[in-house]
Amino acid sequence: MRFVDEFRDADKARALASKIAGLCEPGRRYKFMEVCGGHTHTIYKHGLEDYLPEQVQLVHGPGCPVCVIPMGRVDDAIHIARRPEVIMTSFGDMMRVPGSGGNFFDSNAEGTTIRMVYSPLDSLKLARQNPDKQVVFMAIGFETTAPSTAMTLLRAAAEGLDNFSVFCNHVTIIPAIKAILDSPDLRLDGFIGPGHVSTVIGCRPYEFIAGSYGKPVVVAGFEPLDILQSIYMLMVQLHEGRSEVENQYSRVVPWQGNPVALKVINQTMQLRPYFEWRGLGFISHSALRVRDDYASFDAEARFEVPGVRVADPKACQCGEVLKGVLKPWECKVFGTACTPETPIGTCMVSPEGACAAYYNFGRFSRKRVQEVTIG
Amino acid sequence: MCLGIPGEVIEILTDRPDLAKVDVSGVKRAINIGLLEGESVAPGDWVLIHVGFALSKIDEGEARAAMEFLESIGKAYEDEMAALAASRIEE
Ligand code: SF4
Repeated sequence: MRFVDEFRDADKARALASKIAGLCEPGRRYKFMEVCGGHTHTIYKHGLEDYLPEQVQLVHGPGCPVCVIPMGRVDDAIHIARRPEVIMTSFGDMMRVPGSGGNFFDSNAEGTTIRMVYSPLDSLKLARQNPDKQVVFMAIGFETTAPSTAMTLLRAAAEGLDNFSVFCNHVTIIPAIKAILDSPDLRLDGFIGPGHVSTVIGCRPYEFIAGSYGKPVVVAGFEPLDILQSIYMLMVQLHEGRSEVENQYSRVVPWQGNPVALKVINQTMQLRPYFEWRGLGFISHSALRVRDDYASFDAEARFEVPGVRVADPKACQCGEVLKGVLKPWECKVFGTACTPETPIGTCMVSPEGACAAYYNFGRFSRKRVQEVTIG
Repeated sequence: MCLGIPGEVIEILTDRPDLAKVDVSGVKRAINIGLLEGESVAPGDWVLIHVGFALSKIDEGEARAAMEFLESIGKAYEDEMAALAASRIEE
C-alpha cells in the first residue's frame, strides 16, 4: 500500500524513469548519493525510489545541518546558556536536538533561556532590546546559512554592540563529501549536488569529485522532476563515460555562486583545523569559526566553553545513516525507541533528516513501521 | 531552516536600503537584501529567502513552483512560515 502522494507531474516522472531504465546496463547497479536533506525530503515525500528501476539506488548523504551537530556542541551551548546573564538563541530545528543531559527545552525547564529565532537578525534585535543581557546566537548550517551569520556579525560590529556573540557551528559541505568519497564503506557512482548550498558556493567546488574521483555530479533543484532529471543526467554521463559537474538547477544556481555571500563569510569567519561531525567523527577543515578580528563577537572567546566530547548513544546509528551506509529503517531503534517525538539521534529531529523524512513520509504507516521493526 | 522560501518584493525601505519588505504567501515581513549587492532589487522582483536574507533572485515561475513544492511538504513548511511570521528584523 502506498502512503506517498501522487504528484502533479507523475506522468512526466514515469517518462523520465523509463528513460533512466533505458540507460541501465544489464547486471550493473547504480548508487547515487543525494547530499542535501531537502532532496531526501522530496524523495521520500513523493516515493521517488518507487519510480526508479531497481538497479538504481539512492543513498542519503550528510547534508542536514542539524543532523551533523555532535552531542558535545549541544552540551556546550547549554553550558553557555546556564550563565544567568545569557539569552541563547537558535533556529527552531535545534530545540529538540538531544545533548547528553537533554535538549534545549529540558534545559529551559531547569532555568536557562534558550529561544528560537527565525533569523540571526532577530537575535541581534534581542541584543539591542536587552542591553543588560548577553545574547548568543547558536549558528548552525552549511554555506546556505553562513552568509546570514556573517552579515549579522558585520552589522553587530557596525553598531558596536557589546552584548551579542555567535556560537559558531557552521560546517562546509565539500570536506564532508570528500570524507565520504575516501571512506571504504561505500561505493558511489555519482552525486546529486545540493541546490541551495550551491547558490552560495557555485558549481566549481565540486569539480574535484568529477576530476580526481571520476564521479559525475549534477546540482539539482528540489522538485520531484528536478531530482529525476538529475538522475537521468547522471546516467547519461555514465553511459557516455563522462564525469563532469552539470547544473540542472541553473534557473536558481549561478555557476559562480554568490560572490557577495562568499566575501562576507571570508571576511568574518575562518576554517577550523578540524571539527567533529555527529557520526562521521573529526573532519579536517570542515567547519568555520569567527575570525580573530571579530573575537569580541565570538561566544567561544567571550565565555568559557568546556568543549566536551560526548560519545553518541550506543543505540544510535546516525553515523551510518549520514554516510548512506544504512537506510533509516535499518537502524535498530527506528520508529520504536526513536521517533520524531522522542528522537535518540539527530536524523530524527530535523524534517530534513533522513530518519524523520522516512518516518513521516515512508511507505509504511506508523503502525506498520512498528510491526516491521519489532517483528 | 534550510528551506529557501520565495517572496515577492513589495517595498524597499527608504531609511534602510539593505532591507526590503516581501510578501510570502500573504505574510509581509522585512528581510535583508545585502547579499544581492550589485544586483537591482525592486518591487515586483522575486527572491529566494533563507533565514531572513535574500540569497538569490528568481523568476516568478520558479517562485510559484517553489511555493507549490513547499506547501506540499507540510509541517516543515508550516513551522518555517510560523517562524517567519514571528520575525521582526527591522526593529
Ligand atoms: S532511527 Fe534514530 S538513532 Fe537510528 S539512525 Fe535514525 S535518528 Fe539515529
